[in-house]
Amino acid sequence: MRSYDKYFRENRLPHMWCPGCGNGIVMKAIVQAIEAKNLDQDKTVIVSGIGCSSRASGYMNFDTLHTAHGRAIPFATGIKLANPELNVIVITGDGDCTAIGGNHFIHGARRNVDLTVILFNNNIYGMTGGQASPLTPLGKKATTAPYGSVDRPFDPCHLAEAAGATYVARSTAYHVKHLSDMIFQGMGNKGFSFIEAITQCPIAYGRKNKLGDAPEMLKWMSETAVMKAAYDKLPEEKREGKFPIGVFYNSEFTEYTTAYQKVIDLAGGAR
Amino acid sequence: MGNIKLMQGNEACAEGALAAGVRFFGGYPITPSTEIAESMAVMLPKVGGTFIQMEDEIAGIAVVLGASLAGKKVLTATSGPGFSLKQELIGYAAIAEIPLVIANVQRLGPSTGQPTSPAQGDVMQARWGTHGDHPMIALSPWTVKESFEVAVKAVNYAERFRTPVIILLDEIVGHLREKVELPDAKDIEIYPRRRPDCSREQGYEPYRPAADLVPNVADFGTGNRIHVTGLVHDETGFPSGSPKVTEESIRRLHQKIEIVQDEITHYDEFFMEDAEYAVVSYGGTARTAYAAVLEARNKGIKVGMVRLMTIWPFADKIVKKVANQVKAILVPELNYGQLVNEVERAAGGKAKVKLLAKYNTEIFTPNEICTAIEDLTAEVAD
Ligand SMILES: Cc1ncc(C[n+]2csc(CCOP(=O)(O)OP(=O)(O)O)c2C)c(N)n1
Repeated sequence: MRSYDKYFRENRLPHMWCPGCGNGIVMKAIVQAIEAKNLDQDKTVIVSGIGCSSRASGYMNFDTLHTAHGRAIPFATGIKLANPELNVIVITGDGDCTAIGGNHFIHGARRNVDLTVILFNNNIYGMTGGQASPLTPLGKKATTAPYGSVDRPFDPCHLAEAAGATYVARSTAYHVKHLSDMIFQGMGNKGFSFIEAITQCPIAYGRKNKLGDAPEMLKWMSETAVMKAAYDKLPEEKREGKFPIGVFYNSEFTEYTTAYQKVIDLAGGAR
Repeated sequence: MGNIKLMQGNEACAEGALAAGVRFFGGYPITPSTEIAESMAVMLPKVGGTFIQMEDEIAGIAVVLGASLAGKKVLTATSGPGFSLKQELIGYAAIAEIPLVIANVQRLGPSTGQPTSPAQGDVMQARWGTHGDHPMIALSPWTVKESFEVAVKAVNYAERFRTPVIILLDEIVGHLREKVELPDAKDIEIYPRRRPDCSREQGYEPYRPAADLVPNVADFGTGNRIHVTGLVHDETGFPSGSPKVTEESIRRLHQKIEIVQDEITHYDEFFMEDAEYAVVSYGGTARTAYAAVLEARNKGIKVGMVRLMTIWPFADKIVKKVANQVKAILVPELNYGQLVNEVERAAGGKAKVKLLAKYNTEIFTPNEICTAIEDLTAEVAD
């Protein structure tokens, strides 16, 4: 028995993800961060949206909430505000978080509610069979971009930082230990923490774009992801085709439930 | 003796919700509902509760659903365009059985329509706005005092049946100011949050229905490690693809309300003892209808009135009884004709049912309704 087994609902496994899918790797990285952080299992809530990645909540042995497409962050905000002693973790997909949930995402970051949001970025709408998402790279194919996407993608880390998140990091399914560490650090930040986890979807994205099978997609991550410190030192021309991973931003700003407690104190109410 | 105040229907709604135990409000401003949010913003922190203005109405309902799952009694409030946005998660609340109260202060639509004008055009949206089969409870007050009482009832029903409950206000009652005597806190009956009847070790299943067909879903953070989803689920709370489970769970959602329909059907009858004609009315329009009925009585017409507080589930039995007694029923509504179709269905041909529709930003005058009553008596005589 592995030490983190208790964080899974074994009777709900095996999971529904395709062979080679990276979601299981990211889910494991999350529970390893929870274990390292020693979060109280009965005081931790996992909230997810709708999509393949969002199915993770059902496999995790906590209070778990599988919400509606794009709405995980405002549900999670309500849970945290209603009971600030709970640790609230959000699991979301690239479409869930940056398309239908884009407005909730930036406003969650703006308020700096103490949530740890993990975006499973597979660059595609997995659950519905491979349509383009706001994180599908330019030129890449999807069922709804059969000639290659012409829609410029977001950089969700830049978006989170600009919107007010106080912790922003990225890692990949290849860099499992690093990914778990990024999440661990995010859990330590009192405020809105955002971690982008690049993960492979060999079936709906990889196949269409001739990226090979899961090991090949993971290999691509190992070859193109560069630790932020090293990436920052690369000359512009050497950055071509590479992307940075690591902690991009970490700052202090009053967390929302703390700020609202001041409102309660001002109004003369007791929690 | 309670405390006497001059207040607005919207304020009374907020006061009622607070008195019933609401400690969390999330929403997005929209006329003519905004005073509910503004009142909550002032009052909630005074009692240790939380108010949050969200980025839109979808977030407004999502945030209160999260808070409800974490143990708070919750309210969100809106009007036409925002009510449309909330529909997605009203369905979520229905299937995941999360206590939720939504106040919708109706204004004239569709779309931006006539932003601050009275209307009763959301009667059908309240019933069928979200997709799929679901039960619905909607209550419509006709006075400021009743706005308070309806809010208390709505919160209690939401908690007791773990279902979304809609307070169907209209601009007339929402913005009306009246003298009201609020009841003392000790005189207000409050339905407490339901709790699990056994522990996880004893085999607790969050969606196993109790004798009243309502499940005792545990609040988050109480050590029960439950799963909540908008997917069809079995008694464990986990998704199920089974046709049998699907059929049973959709049926139970309906039956938990059907078995209490008589108890939650609230209405008033006026001058019905000897009535040969009836007016069926609700909300702000019922105030005018009442004056019109008095006027018609003075003219010697044997007309009575049924004022519905419970709009959904529809008061079939009451209307059927009325239809068996009278020759004709007049239904004045500030819309193109919505609840009239329910009245007609329930009347089942036993009495003539006639619509008096108005949808031009103005409210009815007693004279208009009285004339319609007179016309109706003439039509029936023909
Ligand atoms: C309101 C609404 N619109 C559309 C859908 C259909 N839908 C379900 S999942 C999904 C996209 C999921 O993609 P993503 O968020 O990237 O997650 P993934 O499945 O790739 O993990 C869509 C469009 C839905 N469930 N609800």
